[in-house]
Amino acid sequence: MGNGTSIGRVRGLGSAHSGSHHWLMQHYLGIASLVLSAWLVASLILLPSLDYKSVREWLGHPISAVLLGLFVLINLWHMRLGIQTVIEDYVHEHANKFASIVLLNLVTFAAVAFAAFCLVRLALGGAA
Amino acid sequence: MANASPSGRTRPISPHLQIWRWGPGMAASILHRISGVGASVGLVLVLWWLGALVAGPESYAKFVGWVWADLSAETWEGLGILCGLIHIFLKIVVVGCSWALFAHALTGIRHFLLDTGAGYELDANNFWATATIIGGVLLTAIFWALLLLI
Repeated sequence: MGNGTSIGRVRGLGSAHSGSHHWLMQHYLGIASLVLSAWLVASLILLPSLDYKSVREWLGHPISAVLLGLFVLINLWHMRLGIQTVIEDYVHEHANKFASIVLLNLVTFAAVAFAAFCLVRLALGGAA
Repeated sequence: MANASPSGRTRPISPHLQIWRWGPGMAASILHRISGVGASVGLVLVLWWLGALVAGPESYAKFVGWVWADLSAETWEGLGILCGLIHIFLKIVVVGCSWALFAHALTGIRHFLLDTGAGYELDANNFWATATIIGGVLLTAIFWALLLLI
């Protein structure tokens, strides 16, 4: 950790002053995830079947499509913050830690983009 | 875990998994982390599910054939043995991911309450830590019972 010298501060050691934001977001997203997960679990149980036709019909409905989009977005975001904490706890080598967190962010954003594409395609119709 | 002190005796220097006596609180805490990582794997499955749904009925059937295969149709010969084992493994992963969601939700609620400063008395803490661990398994069982039996 930094010893409070100017060079230490330049190297970005010591507090990043963003810890409480990370903590608060993790908790807000957790609350949202509880609600959305309860909805998804109830929906999966109440669907007549999980075959192609039933699921397709269900996600063709705007409310289910939007809620599932929120479920994926909120949980991926919550996951990004959580896995970041795990990386910071267990990956001690500076460069590896940096690379892991960069990779985590890339994977998260790619996953959000993929889910958004899928849900728009499902909700608005299109191929298949 | 042990360093020689100036007096020559070895002393424990830091809390460590091996030298702690396990209690419900720390079990619930590490399970929260493990189930959080497990739930991330579940998100990958959700994305695969969405992708298969977009790609059409054949892809969807292929997806179901992997993650929730009909085990009575396995051949158990040659490569079929490998496929059968992968199918069983994926079923365990799917059920495991559902457990991760329920367990993480319950231990998460426990953390919300602990964050308000409540529930640190030893008996209450042990009780709720144990309750969230058992509750996660129970919710998983109820979920699959409702999903498969209704």
